[in-house]
Amino acid sequence: MTAKGVSGGDVWNRILFYAGILLFVLVSVLPLLWVFKMSIISKGELQASPPTILPQDPTLESYAAIFADAGFLRSLLNSAVIAGVTTVVCLVLGSVAAYAIARLRFRFKSAFMTLILAIAFFPPVAIIGPLFSQFSEIGIVNTYASMIIPDVVFALPLTVWLLVAFFRELPFDLEEAAKVDGATTLQAFWKVIVPLSAPGVFTTAILTFIFAWNEFIFANTFSFDDSTRPVTVSIPSFAGVFTVNYGAQAAAAVVVTIPLVILVLIFQRRIVSGLTAGAVKG
Amino acid sequence: MATRAGTPEKEGGGLGRVFREEFRNRERRTAYYMILPTLLVILGVAFYPIAVSLINSFRLSLPGQPGGEWAGLQNYVYLFRDSPFQAAFINTVVFTVVSVALEFVIGLAVALAINRAFKARGLVRAAILVPWAFPIVVSAVMWRLMYQDQVGIINYIVTALGLIDQPILTDNVTVMIGAIVSDVWKTTPFMALLLLAGLQTIPGDVYEAAKVDGASRVQQFFRITLPLLGPSILVALLFRTLDSWRVYDLFWAMSDKQLESLSTYTYKAVRDSQLLFPVGNAAAVVTFLTAFLIAIFFIKVLGMKTSTEA
Repeated sequence: MTAKGVSGGDVWNRILFYAGILLFVLVSVLPLLWVFKMSIISKGELQASPPTILPQDPTLESYAAIFADAGFLRSLLNSAVIAGVTTVVCLVLGSVAAYAIARLRFRFKSAFMTLILAIAFFPPVAIIGPLFSQFSEIGIVNTYASMIIPDVVFALPLTVWLLVAFFRELPFDLEEAAKVDGATTLQAFWKVIVPLSAPGVFTTAILTFIFAWNEFIFANTFSFDDSTRPVTVSIPSFAGVFTVNYGAQAAAAVVVTIPLVILVLIFQRRIVSGLTAGAVKG
Repeated sequence: MATRAGTPEKEGGGLGRVFREEFRNRERRTAYYMILPTLLVILGVAFYPIAVSLINSFRLSLPGQPGGEWAGLQNYVYLFRDSPFQAAFINTVVFTVVSVALEFVIGLAVALAINRAFKARGLVRAAILVPWAFPIVVSAVMWRLMYQDQVGIINYIVTALGLIDQPILTDNVTVMIGAIVSDVWKTTPFMALLLLAGLQTIPGDVYEAAKVDGASRVQQFFRITLPLLGPSILVALLFRTLDSWRVYDLFWAMSDKQLESLSTYTYKAVRDSQLLFPVGNAAAVVTFLTAFLIAIFFIKVLGMKTSTEA
């Protein structure tokens, strides 16, 4: 298929190739478009059989329903706060640890890396019971902290892993030069390495944010009411609140997806470089 | 400083000496301080609770109350005889094997197809990243809307085609198929991206040389592409297998808590039920250990490299 000569078979190959690509893109995007369509039609049209392919009479009533719901608006805010704070804490803890791993020499480095890797494979459900007892004892259940703390632990492997990959890319004489100028290791880290790997740190921040925004099991365990519940928990429970309002559920799914779609479209190059960093060694 | 040779605690003394030597070096000391916060958080919030789960799994404890009568292996015996647990275990195995296999085959095909320069490549990449980026529960809710028997397009189509005679969401088998479809849709892009990155590290002249030697396309795929892609495949499979093995949100949102996985079973037992709490701790340990064994299998048996040493 990669033959360079122009022949009849080549044209057919090319058509087949683009048809395949088109099919794949359609399959990826169609469910999203369909749910979007469900969110902008009336309840009557939603129940129509056979279903309409294109919206006959677009309406925003489903969006009006969810934006009139204070609980849903609050859950958007909760998600933003939880994911935002988790990202900041992960970057602070993770960048320091990643620097030590990427650029300093010490024993037990591989033991420490194994420990971090172990968390990436850790089933969160296995610690829900004890964590719930401990959080109840110290009285932080149903607060942001009760979700941020476990979110940080489970996002840290991702943060550290990515930052190690990015910190390694910089030449090693940078610190040597900084130290000759009298900087300590910490100053070299903070004033030289972090600013120079800003794009990598930014990529890591996006991926950590998406990870925390999407977290479900801890949120489902530790948030009890609208004041702390993030969107991942509030959307499925719409099925209970709006018993037959499938349109509202579709609209809520669209609203939560849009910020992520925008993030992906703007930063797709960075996201791809981050996702594949560390997974593939050059 | 003055450690006498031949102290009784040879092992402990050795480790202590190593640490003391490490700490005398300024750079190394800084390194330990830098990893300390991460280390403490991980030990405190993940490893300490799993130790508590392990101890509680041998006790008849109640939620929120420390202690409880020791029960030996009683909880485990109950667990393995419990038919909902057996169903949850089988569901998890079926879900993991089928969805990861499909994702791998489709992901590899896509990666091979788009591993070249062509028009609209950026568009394709953006399109396949979208399903990856958003929450599993939202994807589950979306697919559930399409499977639903009153408003669901997919339920309408498969009923019209005569493939099913009852609504998708009323039967555990069709719910499982639906969950697998939704998972394959959502995570194949991730698989394709990891494999694509691996493909791009294979130098083109290897293929040129093979072509000169008269190797066919099929031979090139099995003799060059697959072996050289091996490490990327292992990484992608390991991450996807463990993700599927821990499946919780998808089953929870897709089936209205009816279809059980290891994680949903454990969750219900430790959170929603006073009675099953001790058994839930045993289930938590089983979930943890099986995930651990899968990781060991990939790393030791299949020889995956986890070292990050350059």
